[in-house]
Amino acid sequence: MPELLQFAFSGLTVGAVYALVALGFTLIYNASDVVNFAQGEFVMLGGMVTVFLHLAGVPLPIAAALAIFATVLVGLALYAFAIDPARGSSAVTVIIITIGASIFLRGVAQVIFDKRFHALPHWFGSEPIRFGGAAILPQSLVVLAGAAIIVALIFVIIDRTILGRAILATAANRLAARLVGIPVRKIVALSFALSAAIGAVAGILVTPITLTSYDVGTLLALKGFAAAMLGGMGSAVGAVVGGILLGLAESFGAGLISSKYKDAIAFLIILATLFLRPQGLFGKKSVERV
Amino acid sequence: MARLASSRWSIVLGLAIVIAALPFLFPSNYYFRVAAIVNIFALAVVGLNLLMGYAGQVSLGHAGFMGIGAYSVAIGSAHFKLHGLLAMLIGAALAGLVAFLVGRPILRLKGHYLAVATLGFGLLISMALANEAAWTGGPDGMGVPRLEILGYRLRGPDTWYYISGGALLIGVILALNLIESPTGRAMRAIHDSEIASRVAGIDVAAYKLRIFVLSAIYASVAGSLMAFLNGHITPDGTAGFLRSVELVTMVVLGGMGSVVGAIVGAAVLVILPQALTIFHDYEHLMLGLIIMVSMILLPRGIVPSLLARLRGGGA
Repeated sequence: MPELLQFAFSGLTVGAVYALVALGFTLIYNASDVVNFAQGEFVMLGGMVTVFLHLAGVPLPIAAALAIFATVLVGLALYAFAIDPARGSSAVTVIIITIGASIFLRGVAQVIFDKRFHALPHWFGSEPIRFGGAAILPQSLVVLAGAAIIVALIFVIIDRTILGRAILATAANRLAARLVGIPVRKIVALSFALSAAIGAVAGILVTPITLTSYDVGTLLALKGFAAAMLGGMGSAVGAVVGGILLGLAESFGAGLISSKYKDAIAFLIILATLFLRPQGLFGKKSVERV
Repeated sequence: MARLASSRWSIVLGLAIVIAALPFLFPSNYYFRVAAIVNIFALAVVGLNLLMGYAGQVSLGHAGFMGIGAYSVAIGSAHFKLHGLLAMLIGAALAGLVAFLVGRPILRLKGHYLAVATLGFGLLISMALANEAAWTGGPDGMGVPRLEILGYRLRGPDTWYYISGGALLIGVILALNLIESPTGRAMRAIHDSEIASRVAGIDVAAYKLRIFVLSAIYASVAGSLMAFLNGHITPDGTAGFLRSVELVTMVVLGGMGSVVGAIVGAAVLVILPQALTIFHDYEHLMLGLIIMVSMILLPRGIVPSLLARLRGGGA
């Protein structure tokens, strides 16, 4: 029993990170139909920039704030220099561009930083809390709380502000949104910025537990995508639920079945979702127009 | 010029002349090696181009089939003491069978979904290769025994340049014949509009599956040749995600639906990083940059863009 509780906690922690990556995916996907495979690189940048600023003597909160700022700039640059010039290209071309961007960012991180693993100090010490026979790191609770705050914030922005309305309108119909005076390209740029910020925060929160290095982004992006797909592409609620479910599935799968194939679980879930329920748990069934 | 470049036998003849003539320009064995790698990738890309450029389906996991080909040769000759060529044939059959089995459900998907499903499939294969260390040597890879034919051990890069060149030539002839056949016409119809071709009585699913299997066999043979050339293979180097991305980039860069484009795309993407990478550390940076820039500036691909210019110029 304590093992199961332990699996559940580690699954929730990882799942919270997947949920944030998936949420970032969904924001960009809704605003622009772009499947952004560089999403994981935002997480990597958040962690790595914080680590290296902290090593250079910058206090942790300031380092984290600067890291988020830097990642947002990267997100905006990604939109301005790679996605926007390719407007009107096929879905596959855009996917390849974002994959190219992710390889490029990884390469830059490898040159600017290094190829080693790095950690950040735990916020409230690394002494685990005992609970029902399971050990929980205080940082896990930080990750969960941080993720919950961000998710709540995004939902409030989307539901309660005029900006959120503009994002929804852009997602629903870009041409119509432009006709009623919404600056569509600014909204799309904003979705990249927001999504970069979410990724960076996820990276900063989780680095004390999972460590970070220049190449953590690829797998995270794929798993975030798996989570978004499980929840239903385009659904923000689905992204969060999908992320948590994927984290739990991985944790229990690794604990009970095989830890060697832990990373395979995400892709089995993708394949199973695609074949059994392509619209995902919360997605709407799409109708193809001829 | 444009008509010449699109006529079937002039392409084959031109390619044969280029393959035969290039060695006179090669100052060292290193050039033979790079050119052999170009040939091998070109072979896989010609196959993938049939799938992407003609049947209109993307595969972001095609390196998985290269991995099957490479490891069939390595495992077949190291563990089962099979002859290298036999192992290569078994690998091709295996890749075709796997493609047949996963192709039916996967090819029902479209757009992002198809991309991600194939990507996941490729990752599963490279993960299995990395994890089953007893058979594959794990992430560090395994050695491949040299191929021996009639008592001769084939080892030099120059030997493999000619062999891979021959294989590429055969692959190109097969692909060109296929494109000109009724199957090719059906494939192009599917690319233009699936619904219209279904209405015209084309069994869309069956054609897609057939091309998927064929392109998997191309990739598998290319993987086997790569294993013979290098003498050592790793899961990442043969079946990794980056390899799959490179293959797709080669197709789009050269020009979808152009057999010559497939070869040009492979040549550019193999040679450019070699030429630009002064320090090994900059490899990822350069590759990412090349992929992004070429997709943004040349979304139609090099060869179709050039042909359009030639036609437009009245040449």
